[in-house]
Amino acid sequence: MEDALTVSRMQFAFTITYHYLFPMFTMGLALLVFVLKSIYMRSGNELYNKSARFWGKIFAVTFVFGVVTGIPMEFQFGTNWAAFSAFTGDIIAQTLAMEGAFAFFLESAFVGLFLFGERRFGQRVHWFSSLMVFLGTWASGYFIITTNSWMQNPVGYRVLENGNIQLDDYWAVLLNPWMFAQYAHNMGGAVVCGSFVMAGLGAYYLLARRDVEYGKIFLKVGVIASVIASVWMLFPSGHMSSDQVAEHQPVALAAMEGHFKDSDRADLVFIGQPNMETLEIDNPIVLPGGLSLLVYGPAGGDVKSLEEFPQKNWPDNIPLLYYSYHVMVGLGTIFIGITVLAAFMLWRGWLYTFRPMLWAIMLALPFPFIANTAGWFSAELGRQPWLAYGLFRTEEGVSPLVSSGSVLFTLIGFMGLYLIMGLLYVLVMVREINHGPDHEEESLEASEGLTA
Amino acid sequence: METFWFMAVAFMIAVYVLLDGFDLGAGAIHLVAAKNDRERRTILRAIGPVWDGNEVWIIAAGGTLFFAFPLLYAAGFSGFYLPLIIVLWLLVARGLSIELRAHIDDPMWASFWDGMFFFGSSLLIIFYGAALGNVVRGVPLNEDGYFFQPLWTDFSPFSQTPGILDPYTIIVGLLAFVTLITHGANWIALKTEGVLNSRSHRISRTFSIATLVLTLIATPFTFWVSPWMFESFLQRPYGFVLPLIAIVGLAGMIFFSFTERDRPAFLSSGAFILGMLTSTVFGVYPRVLPAVNPENSLTIQNAAASDYGQAVGLIWWSIGIVFATFYFVLIYRMFRGKVRLEDEGY
Repeated sequence: MEDALTVSRMQFAFTITYHYLFPMFTMGLALLVFVLKSIYMRSGNELYNKSARFWGKIFAVTFVFGVVTGIPMEFQFGTNWAAFSAFTGDIIAQTLAMEGAFAFFLESAFVGLFLFGERRFGQRVHWFSSLMVFLGTWASGYFIITTNSWMQNPVGYRVLENGNIQLDDYWAVLLNPWMFAQYAHNMGGAVVCGSFVMAGLGAYYLLARRDVEYGKIFLKVGVIASVIASVWMLFPSGHMSSDQVAEHQPVALAAMEGHFKDSDRADLVFIGQPNMETLEIDNPIVLPGGLSLLVYGPAGGDVKSLEEFPQKNWPDNIPLLYYSYHVMVGLGTIFIGITVLAAFMLWRGWLYTFRPMLWAIMLALPFPFIANTAGWFSAELGRQPWLAYGLFRTEEGVSPLVSSGSVLFTLIGFMGLYLIMGLLYVLVMVREINHGPDHEEESLEASEGLTA
Repeated sequence: METFWFMAVAFMIAVYVLLDGFDLGAGAIHLVAAKNDRERRTILRAIGPVWDGNEVWIIAAGGTLFFAFPLLYAAGFSGFYLPLIIVLWLLVARGLSIELRAHIDDPMWASFWDGMFFFGSSLLIIFYGAALGNVVRGVPLNEDGYFFQPLWTDFSPFSQTPGILDPYTIIVGLLAFVTLITHGANWIALKTEGVLNSRSHRISRTFSIATLVLTLIATPFTFWVSPWMFESFLQRPYGFVLPLIAIVGLAGMIFFSFTERDRPAFLSSGAFILGMLTSTVFGVYPRVLPAVNPENSLTIQNAAASDYGQAVGLIWWSIGIVFATFYFVLIYRMFRGKVRLEDEGY
């Protein structure tokens, strides 16, 4: 804990992990609110309109938490990673600034309209603003993913004589090949998150025997969305993501899979503990030849192992990377199982009355947050020891004059602040859920807190 | 091209202060202007649909600054490390207070967030003002283009190792405070009726006079601390139009607050803010971050991004700003007029 680099890394990891809990939910929810509102516009069923308004309220609180925890992210590049900002600013600041110009203005304007404009401006404006909020949040996602994609796979730059780099091809950065799979996978994860929460809350209402008609709507929309998104996470988006890691970051893939030693046919490790002393997996359960099969298909092929790379280019926290990746894959597999079963029961008409399944759906609610976080851990720990892959090392990026004491002070401050915020978020959410979708008459009087 | 981006960033910061300035100011007068729950909810409703959008301007300005002047972003943000992080915390606390107050119907809960809203808004204004004061006074940049400032050192604005807070930067912070209080009071007067409206007038009257007094102190102090500011105007005399805008705005602020004409009063405080900010950046130009040791100053030339990066940025930035302006005009037009609590919310 003594050097500024370690503390700065911890601070960024902590603040970004906490921040992303909110956008992963709002990006998925924005799509679902738009879907609910669209169903209402077509069918005229008031229940769907009230559902959209209810989830809009939940969206609003989550959105504000996302905004206020997001502002520190943009500033931290400069405060804690000044050397990195100075070196890569010509490129990554393009996409970060574009997010402000194109996504944030759009979101903030239309979130305000969505929350305050229904009575005054009518249903069509309300529907349109829900569409714009959805597009705005997904545009935000695109710009951030593009920024991260450049760090994972630097393109479109030129090295100057003095060793600095500058932007060389704007469109190459915006259409970074790395971005497509990552964006598809990330947004799928957001939809999994939003739809699990929606279905989970619907299951809760049915189990608690209250707001039953809403519970059924939440379940129906949530389950249908979650089964599509969960399968999407495996194929095509998950498959594309791991293929590109295998191609561009073979050392990261080897670490994720715990593939230490070279062999003709690499095994796929399901469970086991990476042992950094002996460089092997303890207590493994493996599928022989499975990794070669996954990466190269039935013909097989040589998957590069860790020992084929110089140790200084290994990700610097292999156990955490390995576990994150396995948690993500394991949870993703479980999600597919749950959602396919739930969708089948929905189709047969058993779901609303079969309580064990409702319990399972309700209790699954927190796990997409874990899976998304583990997924980002995999991406970012796999990128180590580089800030920009193969171009700029993490240890070079930290602010030269900011002492570890200052960073530690602010890290502890963030932790305290975010702990209180988490409690407040849960408190407000519990109250909104207890009020339920029909509780708007009073809440009209009681809602000045505004977003947008 | 660098000059264009200098003006672009200055423009975005100015818009931020003009817009978020009135909701920060509204926060600073919140406890005094509004006495009961109903009045306080009215104030929050008056800024409700727009405060988050207003705040986006600082995020967008920060992003544009990062991309147009990466070295300035790296140096400035790491050098102002502690005050910046404190500003972030205050932004978090203030944003939460606006959002969370309404979610639980309990007087203690509401009072807590009212206090937080006041506290966060007031300190933010003072910190912003002090930050601007630091830029004008100069920061201890080294030859590598980095610096680090503690919150205070020996409290001398002429020190070789200045801190964030010294008599000069505190004065600028206070000037920002009284200016934005007036601006916020003018907005609340514009958006409300009855007792809130009349209390806002009283605040506006008092604080427009305070603004005059502090301006008369801060202006000579500025030229004493940074004589080169005045030289900028002498070299480019057309710049004198900017302080003129500030003077007209200040006269309007005082005149219209006493004659109780809300819209001109609000426009006047806006003009004063605009005139003061543009005068400051005009005086700072072509520097972007003046140093205590003038040789280490960051200028538009040595802090800028590549020419190519600036050129492509020009295209998307222009499009983005046109869209943003359109949204804002739209939103402000849609929510124009006096606030009534019975109106819709969510």
